[in-house]
Amino acid sequence: MTNEAWETLSDQAATVCGVVYFLALLSYSAQWASLRKLPADETPQSGQVAVWGRFGLLLTGLGCAVHLVSLVGRGMAADPNRVPWGNMYEFVLSSSFVVVLAFLVFYRKYRLDWLSLWVVGLVWITLMVAMILLHDRVAPLAESLSSPWLVIHVSAAVLATGIFTLGGLVSILFLIKERQEKRIAVREAELVPVGGGGDVAAAQAVPRTGILARVPSSKSLDRLAYRLHAFAFPVWTFAVLIAGPIWAQVAWSRYWGWDAKEVWAFITWVVYAAYLHARVTAGWKGRNAAIVALIGFVTLLFNFIGINYFFGGGSKHSYAEDAPAVVQVISAAELTSQL
Amino acid sequence: MAAPDLGFVEMMRWAWRQLTSMRTALILLLLLALAAIPGSVVPQSDVDAMRANNWKADHPDLTPIYEKLGLFSVYDSVWFSAIYLLLVVSLVGCILPRLRVYWRGFRAAPPKAPRNLTRLPDSDSYLTDAPTDEVLERAAEVLRKRRFRVVVADGAVSAERGYLREAGNLVFHGALLVVLAGVAMGSLMGYQGGVIVWKDGSFSNNLTQYDDFKAGRFVGVEDLDPFRFTVDDFDVEWIDDPTNPRYGMARKFVAGIRYTEKPGAEEKSYDLRVNHPLSVDGTDVFLIGHGYAPVITVRDGEGEIVSSGPVPFLPEDQATFTSFGVVKASGATPQIGLEGMLYPTYSGDPNNLGSVFGSLGNPLISMQAYVGDLGLASGSQSVYVLDKTNMKLLGGTTENLFRVDLCPAKIDGEENARCETSTVELPDGAGSVTFEDIKPWVRVQISQTPGKMVALGGMIAALAGLLASLFIRPRRMWVRARREDDGSTVVEVAALDRSSGGEVGEEIVEVVAALKGETVKEEL
Repeated sequence: MTNEAWETLSDQAATVCGVVYFLALLSYSAQWASLRKLPADETPQSGQVAVWGRFGLLLTGLGCAVHLVSLVGRGMAADPNRVPWGNMYEFVLSSSFVVVLAFLVFYRKYRLDWLSLWVVGLVWITLMVAMILLHDRVAPLAESLSSPWLVIHVSAAVLATGIFTLGGLVSILFLIKERQEKRIAVREAELVPVGGGGDVAAAQAVPRTGILARVPSSKSLDRLAYRLHAFAFPVWTFAVLIAGPIWAQVAWSRYWGWDAKEVWAFITWVVYAAYLHARVTAGWKGRNAAIVALIGFVTLLFNFIGINYFFGGGSKHSYAEDAPAVVQVISAAELTSQL
Repeated sequence: MAAPDLGFVEMMRWAWRQLTSMRTALILLLLLALAAIPGSVVPQSDVDAMRANNWKADHPDLTPIYEKLGLFSVYDSVWFSAIYLLLVVSLVGCILPRLRVYWRGFRAAPPKAPRNLTRLPDSDSYLTDAPTDEVLERAAEVLRKRRFRVVVADGAVSAERGYLREAGNLVFHGALLVVLAGVAMGSLMGYQGGVIVWKDGSFSNNLTQYDDFKAGRFVGVEDLDPFRFTVDDFDVEWIDDPTNPRYGMARKFVAGIRYTEKPGAEEKSYDLRVNHPLSVDGTDVFLIGHGYAPVITVRDGEGEIVSSGPVPFLPEDQATFTSFGVVKASGATPQIGLEGMLYPTYSGDPNNLGSVFGSLGNPLISMQAYVGDLGLASGSQSVYVLDKTNMKLLGGTTENLFRVDLCPAKIDGEENARCETSTVELPDGAGSVTFEDIKPWVRVQISQTPGKMVALGGMIAALAGLLASLFIRPRRMWVRARREDDGSTVVEVAALDRSSGGEVGEEIVEVVAALKGETVKEEL
């Protein structure tokens, strides 16, 4: 197959992938539209609702496979063949793949059926944005990117970004669920003087309906969000504070130079470190910790999008070209005075 | 958190406790993140001096304020340093007492079983016929196998596991201090300098040879390793396929160099490439840029050569390598200065001067000539800037605009057949300019970064500690066996998670199954 054929295959696969995810989204929407009206502790294992759910999962799996084809095609289309992490489009394609893959891998273990609608929706939107706004042709890498460290550094960054995204999604759900739980608690407390104890018990006994009722308790959401972040944080540490500096030392002669991208990777690291601390600090647990995690996610996104768009020329990490050699010239007299 | 009315010592103790509290550490972390932001918005002098200077020129009103606030060197500024130093103090103040606690806890036996195990949130109980001793013995064995530290006392088994979590946590925080030490070593004892060397040119590691140089406080002249090298060759591949999205991009730069590690040492050769630095005795040599150096000869009115040799031009556009340069002939009276552009592949349209490609397809210089005083006597000046205050533009009227528009007689030593004339006479009998040749240059970065391995080692240790502190799940378990009056034995099992995200329910189920499994078997 020629490089052009691979590139076409990749683009077509991405399009098919978008369609499949959209169909999965429709199936899940149909499933949830019906589930919404049922009591939360009653999940039909057969019948229309169950079929929609299974169909959605099947489509998600299929979409994930096509997603992989698109990534592989991207790598094969480059000359020489390489990992598909050469520009923003490829990075988004890869990170969103990690999100779907991680969701499918942990689907059984953490019983993530309640997350399906949100994950597929998020990934579908991300993919659409990537295809419409970020799409770029397969291009040879800038010289300084041609290094084995590209594989090590960027794969870790892609993996961490994907898992942080899932973690952020769960944190948002946590905030919503926690709010709802508080409201319910308040409502029940108000019921006590009016109706007496019997009614409260009755109110609690009646299973609730609605989408939120099917989302696990805020306590389990918090734990799941923590696990995702706790997995992604060391990976991010490796990507930006070990692999990145080693590569920067080899390519740019310094392991840390406060380049705009480095600054924001550091900020992201510090904010997620703050999240891990907040989770064990009195007064910060729960709601505040989740907000810190979401701030971390915003810095992650900003580093990815903001730096490339607003600081493109100023960052050595702009994908397109090597930054021009900066020449700062001073006279010999000044040189000696610096020693 | 208002300070109570206290004496000085109590006051200090109170301040210390506040500083080392987790809440303070958390706020300092968020502050550190916030404080790092300006450094990515305002150009930093240390990172990109040219952009910083351009910014200053564009914002004359803001510059003095920003300078006072240290916004052009955020990461050296007082306020940024204050935040991270407070964070370091807070960190040390936090881990020292924890080290002591950890040491004691590490040697201590698992705590005694609480009186009522079934009151713990995660617990289970069952009845068996086995005698209490047997149950406890079995429980101790099961828990030991699950890598618990086990003590049997007062009819109960106490077990604890996961001591390494706190160790990992302490290693992580301690290792961050090691990383800081490594970084500090680099900035105090390291140096970094850049130099442009053209083909056939050479460099010896000597302060006067650098174009720019930045050194730590403890670096002396004697710390520069006495190596030297000569650039023999420079190869580059241009993407000239117009359908390629990166048309015009240069890649596969290779500078063939010959080097000697010290005077008198054996000469070796090396292909210097991006991502493949040359390491000489702890000093690293990097290839980080390239460009062109026209070889220009300037003669004065009498025909005497007053300036000759390669003059590096600085690329202003990576796509076409249109470059800017200055020639200073200080030997002439009056002095002669040239300033203008180099077009590596001249488009051929005199009304629209420009380069269409980065390679040396059809080189052309287009410069303006000045005579007068170059201002060299008044102090240091950049070789890339022409000080025109005391210079007069030759043929300086719009109708009679004089330009030095020349093609080179040779391109990298080879005859340039396309070029008809490579010499031009300056107006007013000021002299002449000849474009002899054009050579590639490479920009080489030379740096010594002591402590980089310390920083790397520290960071790897920090990661290892982090993994331990995140994934080791410390927990305590207790098993109590009590003989009832009817001869049966009540076995209670309880567990307590001591991390902040673990579930112990599963472990209880497994332990109970293991305990039951064995006793059931014995009955059969």
